[in-house]
Amino acid sequence: MKSIRILWNYMGKNRLLYLGAILSVGLASLASISAPLVIRITIDNIIGDEPLAAPLLIRNFVENIGQAFWVPGIVLIIITIFRGLFMFLRGRLASQASEGIAKNIRDRVYNHIQHLPYKYHKEADSGDLMQRCTSDVETIRRFLGVQLVEMGSSLFMVVLIISIMLRADRRMTMLSVITLPIIFAFAILFFLKVKKAFREADEAEAALTTVLQENLTGIRVVRAFANQDYEIDRFDEKNQVNRDKLYHLIWLLACYWGGSDLMAFFQIALVVISGTYFAAQGEITMGTMALFTTYIGMLVWPVRQLGRLLTDLGKAVVAADRLQEILDEPREELVENSEQPPVTGDIVFDNVCFGYEPGQRVLENVSFEVKAGQTVALLGHTGSGKSSLVHLLARLYDYEEGSIKIGGRELKTIDKRWMRKNVAVVSQEPFLFAKTIRENITLASGNVDDEELYAICQQAAIHDVILSFSQGYDTLVGERGVSVSGGQRQRIAIARALITHSPILIFDDSLSAVDTETDVAIQRALEKRSDKTTTFLISHRITSLAGADLILVLDHGRIVQSGTHDELMKVDGPYARIWDIQNTLEAEIRA
Amino acid sequence: MARTHVSGTFKILWKPKLGLDKEGDRMQEAVLQEEVHEEKIDLKLWRQILQLAKPYRRYVVFAILGTVAMAAGDALFPYMTKVAIDRFIVPETTEGLPLFSVGFGILVVMQSLNVYIFIKMAGKIESGVTYTIRKVGFEHLHKLSFSFYDKRAAGWLLARLTSDVNRLGEIISWSLIDLLWGGVAMIFYAIVMFTMNWRLALLTIVVLPVLAVASVYFQKQILRAYRNVRKMNSKITGAFSEGIMGATTTKILSREEENLQEFKTLTGGLRASSIRAATFSALYLPIVLMLGSIGTSLTLWAGGNGVVAGTITYGVLVAFASYTIQFFEPVREIARIFAELQMAHAAAERVMGLINTEPEIQDRPGLKDEWPYLEGAVEFENVSFAYNPLEPVLSDFNLKVRPGQTIALVGETGSGKSTIVNLACRFYEPTSGRILIDGVDYRERPVKWLQSNLGYVLQSPHLFSGTIRENIRYGRLQASDEEVERAATLVNAHEFIVKLPQGYDTEVGEGGGLLSTGQKQLISFARAILADPRIFVLDEATSSIDTETEMLIQDAIRKVLQGRTSFIIAHRLSTVRSADVILVIRDGKVQEKGNHNELMAAKGYYYRLYTNQFLEG
Repeated sequence: MKSIRILWNYMGKNRLLYLGAILSVGLASLASISAPLVIRITIDNIIGDEPLAAPLLIRNFVENIGQAFWVPGIVLIIITIFRGLFMFLRGRLASQASEGIAKNIRDRVYNHIQHLPYKYHKEADSGDLMQRCTSDVETIRRFLGVQLVEMGSSLFMVVLIISIMLRADRRMTMLSVITLPIIFAFAILFFLKVKKAFREADEAEAALTTVLQENLTGIRVVRAFANQDYEIDRFDEKNQVNRDKLYHLIWLLACYWGGSDLMAFFQIALVVISGTYFAAQGEITMGTMALFTTYIGMLVWPVRQLGRLLTDLGKAVVAADRLQEILDEPREELVENSEQPPVTGDIVFDNVCFGYEPGQRVLENVSFEVKAGQTVALLGHTGSGKSSLVHLLARLYDYEEGSIKIGGRELKTIDKRWMRKNVAVVSQEPFLFAKTIRENITLASGNVDDEELYAICQQAAIHDVILSFSQGYDTLVGERGVSVSGGQRQRIAIARALITHSPILIFDDSLSAVDTETDVAIQRALEKRSDKTTTFLISHRITSLAGADLILVLDHGRIVQSGTHDELMKVDGPYARIWDIQNTLEAEIRA
Repeated sequence: MARTHVSGTFKILWKPKLGLDKEGDRMQEAVLQEEVHEEKIDLKLWRQILQLAKPYRRYVVFAILGTVAMAAGDALFPYMTKVAIDRFIVPETTEGLPLFSVGFGILVVMQSLNVYIFIKMAGKIESGVTYTIRKVGFEHLHKLSFSFYDKRAAGWLLARLTSDVNRLGEIISWSLIDLLWGGVAMIFYAIVMFTMNWRLALLTIVVLPVLAVASVYFQKQILRAYRNVRKMNSKITGAFSEGIMGATTTKILSREEENLQEFKTLTGGLRASSIRAATFSALYLPIVLMLGSIGTSLTLWAGGNGVVAGTITYGVLVAFASYTIQFFEPVREIARIFAELQMAHAAAERVMGLINTEPEIQDRPGLKDEWPYLEGAVEFENVSFAYNPLEPVLSDFNLKVRPGQTIALVGETGSGKSTIVNLACRFYEPTSGRILIDGVDYRERPVKWLQSNLGYVLQSPHLFSGTIRENIRYGRLQASDEEVERAATLVNAHEFIVKLPQGYDTEVGEGGGLLSTGQKQLISFARAILADPRIFVLDEATSSIDTETEMLIQDAIRKVLQGRTSFIIAHRLSTVRSADVILVIRDGKVQEKGNHNELMAAKGYYYRLYTNQFLEG
């Protein structure tokens, strides 16, 4: 029930449009069932001379037209025009409503996802999220836009037709609905049962796609080990499974359609034969007989539809639940306070402790002090806490104990978004959006004149590369545009960070895919920049770190060594050891 | 008994459930690259596709029989009403009614059977044809050279063999059968109507041409509108994907608001185009119905007069009332299928285009299968190469490598290092000049001779989904578990593998996402060493790995290189230093050549590159 309330809530302001659609459905159904009535009256009362059991107004009208057969013709056309009008309105209004609802859901989910905390995204299964944002929204849209309206339309038809039938002839009505419950139940049972076959067919196709995708992306590996035949066999196996599952599904459907057609046709035959019998006996008029044979067709198929549609309701409910799970995730509190003090690069860490999970500390009593304009280098194993430390600065996570002061103010009291605007982070595998290079670089800075843009890109050693693309700065990045290498991506991200002129700059291993020469060029350019910026450098390339004002060596969340290069080299510790490993050749070159 | 025909609605009813309509989500870029083709139907192309359906001839015959029988049944139902009225009701007799009932019963059973056969056969054809096209396509993919892959994104190719093939399969099975049904049903209806009363029949089909024109127009518009919707939809999928994958970046850049605004523009666009498409479809059926009602009215007018005048029986009038409605169904079907066929043309062209692509690198005809042991001597003789004729990448390149030597290639991205390696592996062939393996031009040997003796480790190691054991065994499929573990031990991977909860049976996840880059590299070394290749190619990674793993990798590299001819696109100093020959490549030319000591002494580019590492020291 909760899920149905969720669906109801999604409708929001579009409920009125929906009401219009439902109303049109009713009127269209009314019009479509009155067409056979015209034919019946023509046969019975205009051609024949049966007395007409109808309101006086209609009776007079029918008597007045005598044998002018063009009149029922015109009436039929008029009725059809009405029917068409309402059918159109039904389609139009329902799509306006459902598309509006779908848009609302999409916007809401998208916005919500953006506002989920950093931690959520680090742990999220993006494929699953994607599935929910696309297929599940689509399921709900289709349900609201097509299936629900169809269901309403079918219901209207069934109720209206049965009530007219009852007025025309009670006994014939009983005979007309005799198999309907069976057809209905058969449809529901079948589509509940066949779910498994649908899922299996889906899975078989997914498995096939996986093999195909692996072959396409790993084609060099396949060729290098000359495993083409093996892959062809592997694919053929999946291809066969897919073929068989698909066929099995269609076969099941063939059984269903054949079986339910048998029942439906049987119902029709029953009505025609018994109608004929009663009419021949003079118990019903020929017009009534014609009416029943027409109505039975209008009754049987909607009932069959209804069974199938009801099983779809289940899918929509599941989809709504899955979406709700995302929307129920608590958002990151962005505006817990709105203090936006000027941010400087003076940073003090005092016994800071932090962990992603309670009881599992990633940072333990970290203390150090940096002055604006200084460079801090962080060295340590994967998982030693380097990235966590810099993420705290951007308020992507909150520290548990201790204090971090930025320009003398406690970090926790500063607005998160304000802080992020003042801390530029470049990660190891930066994400570029499917926009032009210029747009990607100026994402956070807004419009920047070309001169500055070029200057920044030269500092990031990417300007020449960009110019070598056919469209220069207006080249699209990503699937539809140019594919950029890991190193180029990192440099574009560096430009994106530099252009914001943030007082705090963080390079989270962001030069790893850049060759040494370029690395050096960028470092030099950085040194020349304003001395107000505090820079954090994370790298495994120890030579890149050596020039820092403060080097922190982390191990299991603790600072095990700190100092300048010269100080650290004097002590026998991890820094000196790593330095030696990486620079065994130093002596040789100096010689 | 107006009923929407089963085959027409059938697709709408169950296809979405199969998930085939998700193609748009999965293959977003495919739609974006889908050029709008709306030319006339190319018969040659379709003939080729029908060739692929040949193994399923038997089913096609049954499907045709079922379809024809079904159309006949559809035409007979209203006729039964006519018989009932004229034979029993008007004469007010029930004599012969039992026989009529039996006949009707037989018709009912026959028709259900026809429906069953029709769907079953269409299913056989659809699943079979997609299977065959996919099989042929996949096998062909493995014959194509790398130049083919370099020009096409993996996603694009994927879409060809998934959504495009699905569409083709549907077209060949359902659409063609529906088309047949439409044609046959129209003929049957016409025959029954004209035999009953040709004047009335003529009146009924007066609106037919108008209907046909309107149907063709609307079906085209509807399909076009929905194609727009699909495009918008794939853009939104792309935006969602960016929103999710780039969520952390968005957060760091504080760009939530701007992103939402951009996203809202997209969803607004989708809403508008969806409503437009829905409006077109909502408009179509009423127009058909209205045209139909004109036919019915004419029948009612002329028929009514006829009944009064005694020239037409009651039964005929009632039957005609049904036929006028039913007659339009096949027309609509045919219009829909023609529109679909035109749209499917693009898909057909792309799939067949893929299958018809000639592989650039092929074995010369008449090569025997048995070849001598490959020693590993490689010689480039005046080799020139260009990916496209205007931009030569390599010209007059000469290099002689003795078996077992290690060649390090150093240079900037785009300098031509990878080209040399690709040529040596025969992933590409020289535009001019020769490459000799063990003293013979490799074009005189089968591609497999060289490539089955090749080990290749990539910059970003590509692992397949499956367990670690399976991934290592990929190097030599017949290798025993002991051999797999021995290979892993040799490259220092064994230690970390056994520490994993499932050891060698740990699933690596798609693309190896569960392992660190360094671990993946070690596994790919184990895989390469298991293959025991004569020629080894290593594209070293610049990726960031902590110092200890880095040492393990260097040790692994040293072991892998032992006793093999190796080409290394080098980034690691230790590998460069120990190479027998170092080539410094700039703009497709060898700028410096020699071993480490020689190049250091020369104090050229290599010297600068090398010393740069220590400038801050």
